[in-house]
Amino acid sequence: MTLALIDYGAGNLHSVANALRAAGAEDVKTTADPAVVRAADRIVLPGVGSFKACAKGLWAIPGMVEAMNERVHVGGAPFLGICVGMQLLATRGLEHGSTKGLGWIAGEVRLIERTDPAIKIPHMGWNDVSLGRKDPAHGLVEAGEAYFLHSYHFVPDEGQDVAAMTDHGGGLVAAVARDNVVGVQFHPEKSQAFGLALLSRFLDWKP
Amino acid sequence: MTVRVRVIPCLDVADGRVVKGVNFVDLKDAGDPVEQARAYDAAGADELCFLDISASHEGRGTLLDIVQRTAEVCFMPLTVGGGVRTAEDARALLLAGADKVAVNSAAVSRPEVVADIAHKFGSQCIVASVDARKVGEGRWEIFTHGGRRPTGIDALEHALKLADLGAGELLVTSMDGDGTQSGYDLELTRAIADSVSVPVIASGGVGTLDHLVQGVTRGHASAVLAASIFHFGKHSIAEAHAALRSAGLPARA
Repeated sequence: MTLALIDYGAGNLHSVANALRAAGAEDVKTTADPAVVRAADRIVLPGVGSFKACAKGLWAIPGMVEAMNERVHVGGAPFLGICVGMQLLATRGLEHGSTKGLGWIAGEVRLIERTDPAIKIPHMGWNDVSLGRKDPAHGLVEAGEAYFLHSYHFVPDEGQDVAAMTDHGGGLVAAVARDNVVGVQFHPEKSQAFGLALLSRFLDWKP
Repeated sequence: MTVRVRVIPCLDVADGRVVKGVNFVDLKDAGDPVEQARAYDAAGADELCFLDISASHEGRGTLLDIVQRTAEVCFMPLTVGGGVRTAEDARALLLAGADKVAVNSAAVSRPEVVADIAHKFGSQCIVASVDARKVGEGRWEIFTHGGRRPTGIDALEHALKLADLGAGELLVTSMDGDGTQSGYDLELTRAIADSVSVPVIASGGVGTLDHLVQGVTRGHASAVLAASIFHFGKHSIAEAHAALRSAGLPARA
């Protein structure tokens, strides 16, 4: 089983690679090569920083988005997006102007509304991962506490794509999923046992 | 529930070893940073902070090595500070495995460095330090060099400026309280926390679990940082979480 961890200049790669290995992944390929993505059994897209900068970095790699589309949508490879890597699944992001996303899960990435002065932005720290009645993530995401760090949040067009919610001055989407694609707003690589267990399930995940 | 109050043990590191200064002067050796980090990870600390207090005098290589080895075995957010002067310094720490960098004296002499790091790596990875001493009723001033050198800069104005420049959170340390174990400067913490939209970490002076609770209930902090009470086994992370929960605050179970 080879796992492609996409390197598009969006930081925190080592943390994610370390955590995947700790979760049991034997062959993690940190790569910017579309050919490696095409041949991978599973794909992880990490991401920290702004939506715009991350989108720019991803589209700057010739053939990468095409390779991801092909491997995930035609080939059916399980895909996990983390933080901005999850947000990039959206149709567009509104951080520093409107930027096109992958459009795999219809929706928009917007600034978290500060409904109360006591609500701090960024949403930073451990918070609930609460599951809904339906499970579009096919058992991958479980309820618990995970580490979040973000100022923008994913607002999917379709409620059925929401896999988990959290609460920060109101409900925020914690995970989205559709078919073999899942995205988590929180950082499993920074969520101790809860996060490592999720990554471990992803290594065996059969959506 | 809502986002939990973060309990953050802070390891002061000098020459690759964990030390804890009493008012930043008398240093006691309390062990290997990587082993301590691993222990705190296992104990369920919400985040970990390394402050390299030897940074102004010593080479940076040792620190980068420690950060790298820590990131390999710890699966919680790691903030590293001490001697971060430029976006390049920040990049080296982030690449070594730090999740956030704390900018200290450079944020006083050249606040633009905060904007520079925020622009390049995102606000989420910058913790701006506000090291202050009380200089009058309701007035605090920024001090540098471990609290020895006054700057004439008003602490509240400085905090607002750092948040405006793109700091993702503020680490507010009372240099009067640091090492005394007599509690945070709650007035200072609250004055800043109530004025900025980003989270504030209370720091400096924790001696009891009640001090942690007060940092949130009276200081309005989002996170509480402490060193000695954890390092020397006086209290565990679980006890800190339990104390916060008993006070009706959200904390990890």
